[in-house]
Amino acid sequence: MKHARIAWAGAVHHAVADGDQLRLANGTRLAEDQVVWLPPVVPGTIIALGINYADHKKELAKELSFSAKDEPLAFLKGPNALVGHRGQTRRPAAASFMHYECELAVVIGRHARRVKRAEALLYVAGYSIANDYAVRDYLENWYRPNLRVKNRDGCTALGPWLVDAADLPDPQALGLRTFVNGELKQHGNTRDLIDDVPALIEYLSGFMTLSPGDLILTGTPEGVVNVNPGDEVVCEIDGLGRLINTIVSEGL
Amino acid sequence: MLVISDALGCAAGRAAAEDRPLAAWRSVSGFAPPPIATAYGTLLNHRDALAALGDAVHQPPYKASPKAPVLYIKPRHCLAGHGAAVEVPADADALEVGAQLGIVIGAEACRVREADALAHVAGYTICSDLSVPHPSYYRPSLRYKARDGFLPLGPWVLGAQHVPDPDALEVVVQIDGHEAQRYSTAGMQRGVARLIAEVSSFMTLARGDLLMLGAGPKAALARVGQTVRITIEPIGTLEHRLVAEGPA
Repeated sequence: MKHARIAWAGAVHHAVADGDQLRLANGTRLAEDQVVWLPPVVPGTIIALGINYADHKKELAKELSFSAKDEPLAFLKGPNALVGHRGQTRRPAAASFMHYECELAVVIGRHARRVKRAEALLYVAGYSIANDYAVRDYLENWYRPNLRVKNRDGCTALGPWLVDAADLPDPQALGLRTFVNGELKQHGNTRDLIDDVPALIEYLSGFMTLSPGDLILTGTPEGVVNVNPGDEVVCEIDGLGRLINTIVSEGL
Repeated sequence: MLVISDALGCAAGRAAAEDRPLAAWRSVSGFAPPPIATAYGTLLNHRDALAALGDAVHQPPYKASPKAPVLYIKPRHCLAGHGAAVEVPADADALEVGAQLGIVIGAEACRVREADALAHVAGYTICSDLSVPHPSYYRPSLRYKARDGFLPLGPWVLGAQHVPDPDALEVVVQIDGHEAQRYSTAGMQRGVARLIAEVSSFMTLARGDLLMLGAGPKAALARVGQTVRITIEPIGTLEHRLVAEGPA
């Protein structure tokens, strides 16, 4: 099943997908553009992965100061960063390079501590799509990626749906695509993840407890380009839908 | 206003509200941490902590001294209360104790001016920001800082009106009763108001968020079996222990 959190008629509702419509618990059916889409999960800890696709690693090679990678490059984000489907993300006026990152988002469903790879997927509630923007102008070499680059208000779109894990038995073979104003700019496949979903859960739960509502944004493949105010950025992942986001100028 | 840990309900609430000395409660364990939303930390804010790196700040991988505040996040399972027993991973000889002032946000802070920033503070608490010592600030692994229990804080949040000058507080760390570090928040490159202003320029701090001001120079190290006490008057004293990690 596909779940959404929406605001409609003055209240926040849980909704499920019903054909190309949304259905509320009371049976009300609504079109996608009738509601305000919220991030489908009220987040706990938000963990994100840097450079988790081999091709993206190559793309960034020039600015990377390390050679061998011995463990996943995980970092944390705050809830201030999240915005829902059909939301807006602000581009700082002075920035010269702001880019999207289409990512498979894993939503944890059970407390996970020292979980082994073979059992890891049992701890997943479901999946969503994240578009985790970066404003590279602000990159500094202290505690990378620094929060001014990756934790800006509204710079991580999430949604539209939380898709139950049962409906997506193999998260390891999903095509990802990003379109800017309808033009395909980024594509990849989760089979190319350097550390796949079970590996990430095993790694993270080895030193920190994961809990229901925690999010793991698994990283992005190559193909990131600058976006500007007015651009419509659509991130698509097989089986998870299409996450739409619009870039606006910071003045708004 | 006093914001109280809720673990002991009325008893702890009364103790804090009456400003009774913490000593009266030292035999009581089981304080919950203050109800923090998201915990943000600031690195290298103390001038001497940054200066201790010397010319390394200009060398790779850093290549330049930090411009914006160097921030990080402690995930929710880091939070631990006064009296906590924190597990030290088996492969760590000691933990670094990032003793520091915790700023608890009371009113959402988005793009606030420095002059207005203190009005967004609910109060202050004491933080023991624990890390496995690590050599690099470039892209350190979450394993060093994000472990369960690695942020004991409390014992409570003292209302901001009781802390007239948060930029002139003495922080004293004792390990097993011996003084291991002493510094003043006056040594910060960014004081409380300026830090809030700069952080909130790109990142909204919500009510209930914790922003840590930054640790002092020459942080103390503590080992399994040792007790850490951090005193910041007029807030009080935070105490916790370090224990060996349990079996897998």
